[in-house]
Amino acid sequence: MELTTILFYFFSIATIGAAAVMVFSKNIVHSAFALMFSLIGVASLYVLLYADFIAATQLLVYVGGILILILFGVMLTTQGRSFDYKTITVNLVPASILSLGVAALLIFVFVKTDWMISEVAEPDQTIYDLGMLLMGDYVLPFIIAGVLLLIAIIGAILMATRLSSQSIKNENIE
Amino acid sequence: MIQWLAEPGLTHFLIVSAILFSLGLMAILSKRNVIMVLMGVELILNSANINMIAFSRFTDLGLDGQMIGLFVIIIAAAEAAVALAIVLNIYNRFRSINLDEISLLKG
Repeated sequence: MELTTILFYFFSIATIGAAAVMVFSKNIVHSAFALMFSLIGVASLYVLLYADFIAATQLLVYVGGILILILFGVMLTTQGRSFDYKTITVNLVPASILSLGVAALLIFVFVKTDWMISEVAEPDQTIYDLGMLLMGDYVLPFIIAGVLLLIAIIGAILMATRLSSQSIKNENIE
Repeated sequence: MIQWLAEPGLTHFLIVSAILFSLGLMAILSKRNVIMVLMGVELILNSANINMIAFSRFTDLGLDGQMIGLFVIIIAAAEAAVALAIVLNIYNRFRSINLDEISLLKG
């Protein structure tokens, strides 16, 4: 058995196991930490797919950014004691049936389809080619993504500051 | 079968992403906490990204697949920031982030 195979199974089982812990955990902070391990597992799968730059970006953006945001959201929106980070689960049976059905259908389609597989040469690094593509064919989507991020930042700050001024006003009225 | 299992190819990565997708769907459908639903959305975006990059590794798609994956990550970051600002506003107004209690279109 090759090392790549062992690594693939290790990381995919870690990813899926952490995702399952995230879904079925009752405590929302435990869910957030399980999501972190799942995202790190996905980054390792990207490394196995020769996508080193995407893997680094995944670690920086998801684990370093989005997960911290989610943890802040958990802390800012929980009433009462800190050990009370519970989440309510409803519709367990219909949701399980639907997601198992979707998983079975997707796996059936993926296994049965005759994919046109072509052997790609192993690249040493992808950063140079990705940079050339970003400044060449993809320059318009790149700029639009930059503008989108700017708008998202301004919108998020606007909503958050309106939030604080509103609560100050309410306190003054009370 | 053993031979198929011993050589991870395109199908193996696609199966991993299908399982991640169904787990994310499960989180979205069965949880009533807005932040858990957001985490489910993140899982689904990641599973789509695994698909893109697996196709870029194993087919003629080339580096375009990795490029699409990069843009998915960018959009996901913007989505998470705006969604959490909205969640904070909802919490400020309703004092709850249970999806069943947030049922007013007009706050």
